[in-house]
Amino acid sequence: MDAGERIEAERARWARAHLARPPAPEALPCGIPVEPLYTPRDVEGDYLERLGFPGEYPFTRGVYPTMYRGRPWTIRQYAGFGAAEESNRRYRYLLEHGQTGLSVALDLPTQCGYDSDDPMAEAEVGRVGVAIDTLRDMEILLDGLPLDRVSTSFTINGTAAILLAMYVAVAEAQGVPPARIAGTIQNDILKEYVARGTWIFPVEPSLRLIADTIEFCAERLPRFNPISIAGAHFRDAGGTAIQEAAYTLGDAFAYVETVRARGIEVDRFAPQLSFFFYTYTDVFEEVAKYRAMRRLWARAMRERFGARRPESLMFRFGNVCGGHSLTREEPLNNITRVTLGALASVLGGTQSMFTAAWDEAYAIPTEESARTALRIQQILLHEAGAGRTIDPLAGSYYVEALTDRMEQAIEAELRRVDAQGGMVRAVESGWVQREIHREAYRQERERQAGARVVVGVNRFRDEGAAPPVALHRADPALAARQVARLAEVRRARDGTRAAAALAALREAAAGKANLMPLLLDAVRAYASVGEIASVLREVWGVFREPAVV
Amino acid sequence: MKAVVALLGLDSHWRGAVVVARALRDAGAEVVYLGNQFPAALAAMALQEDARLLAVSSLSGSHGTLVPELMRLLHERGGGGIRVVVGGAIPPADVPALRAAGVSDVFPPGRPLDDLLGLVRGLLAEERVRQ
Repeated sequence: MDAGERIEAERARWARAHLARPPAPEALPCGIPVEPLYTPRDVEGDYLERLGFPGEYPFTRGVYPTMYRGRPWTIRQYAGFGAAEESNRRYRYLLEHGQTGLSVALDLPTQCGYDSDDPMAEAEVGRVGVAIDTLRDMEILLDGLPLDRVSTSFTINGTAAILLAMYVAVAEAQGVPPARIAGTIQNDILKEYVARGTWIFPVEPSLRLIADTIEFCAERLPRFNPISIAGAHFRDAGGTAIQEAAYTLGDAFAYVETVRARGIEVDRFAPQLSFFFYTYTDVFEEVAKYRAMRRLWARAMRERFGARRPESLMFRFGNVCGGHSLTREEPLNNITRVTLGALASVLGGTQSMFTAAWDEAYAIPTEESARTALRIQQILLHEAGAGRTIDPLAGSYYVEALTDRMEQAIEAELRRVDAQGGMVRAVESGWVQREIHREAYRQERERQAGARVVVGVNRFRDEGAAPPVALHRADPALAARQVARLAEVRRARDGTRAAAALAALREAAAGKANLMPLLLDAVRAYASVGEIASVLREVWGVFREPAVV
Repeated sequence: MKAVVALLGLDSHWRGAVVVARALRDAGAEVVYLGNQFPAALAAMALQEDARLLAVSSLSGSHGTLVPELMRLLHERGGGGIRVVVGGAIPPADVPALRAAGVSDVFPPGRPLDDLLGLVRGLLAEERVRQ
């Protein structure tokens, strides 16, 4: 009998001796069954092959050799509302309080390619993010912020290339050389069609625009991530952790194939691809998800796409804690939920994190709730010592077994995507949408039935609890101010130059050239987001949603 | 009994709306899901579909402007009998104004689906009586 067999025999003896009957079955929220006890027998494979060392293939233990001992994760709180001045003040406030990266929330008209004076922008100007119409707004937004030292992330997709052009224009005007401009645009359109909804153009021209930004950053902005392939929205729309991971990898493969089809070698652009996810409160599910994804990405990049540079194999990700894991009932409990998610993210090896504020289910955060949310990460780092050693859960029989199971489950879901003809086809046909709808409805029924406990909502409910008093209120005069500024910019700009830049863009959009230089010309001429998006709509048309409900 | 479900304005958080659409269908309603809509088009379509129930969702804060506009248009065009319910991130302080505009009920996150299905069962029963 070898050591493994002895453990198995002893485990069976222990169960007979102590368990009159086996405990009721349990599973992770994503459906993977969980045993009441794990032993070395549950950990398969060779250490060097499956885990290895941080910063080396297969990167299970982390993408960087020193992880948080070298540099802590970036504390990057998603913020933005009103006009550029208000948001600039909020960014300064967060930086003063120890935030280490910027994350810009844009309002819906900016995300959907409408100016603040467009009828489609009604009631939305500056609501869920800051209103950006022209380069003038971006100049105010970033005024006095140290862009040579701080990286900036923009949650922007349909109009990402335009916002990238604006950011580059402002950074250069501030004297930051292109090689030092650091940041991220989300720029992940495939998940917009499925789960987030701020798409504008049809699939093909959208993919072309994304490839343009990836190529531009590979050539000009080595420290900028031209895309943050996001599973977060699949998850918050109702998908499981497995679906979140699998559809994100499916999207990533589609983008890699799109750029490679231009004849650009994978190692030239892959190091700048980044990812973004939701971390909910089920700590071990989340840790296993991130560890499994690092291994899957490294293997796929090496074996499927032939990448050779270690940087091409690194699964660098940011994450958000909050969203659907938060409740409106007894909202202060959300601080606990976000803290658990934040701990899981650090144990899972995140590169940057946004911890949502406790009042997220009511409104965008107040200054105070935003500060409390920021403090969660600082307490985790400086008081809880969460970053002290690299991949601290490695070697846990449970976590290693879960990481393996998670990897297998994600691969199985990816095979289902492949059977649909890959992610682009699966999105166009509405297959992915329906998969997530089904899961969202299943979860909601479980929650309504009490089978999935949510404390304070379907168990331990306190009917007498009062709602919070101090919530953020939108400024009713904001939209008029923003419209006036846009009119002023249009009056003051060189109209001929703006028109010429838009005409050149229209012509190029019909051809095959990289549009980034033309977008830079257009934004520098103070052409607006809405004007630029309109030109592209004229040439490309708009996406038509498949019927999915 | 026909129910129309839509997202109001540009806000595209569809999770709640899709769950409501499926629950209404399971409860026996005929559901038309329209995705993102602005008040004018939505009122027109609700009338065209002869909807008894109109469920709209907003998580972006646009409900304060767009819901009253929707209600006004429905009334002007003879759709005053359509029951309108609003779901999403609605601050408690905004609920009285929505009610005053003629909204039947408001469903913030965490409110049991059964509360909505009770309303639907009532409408279904009314319909059977009318037939």
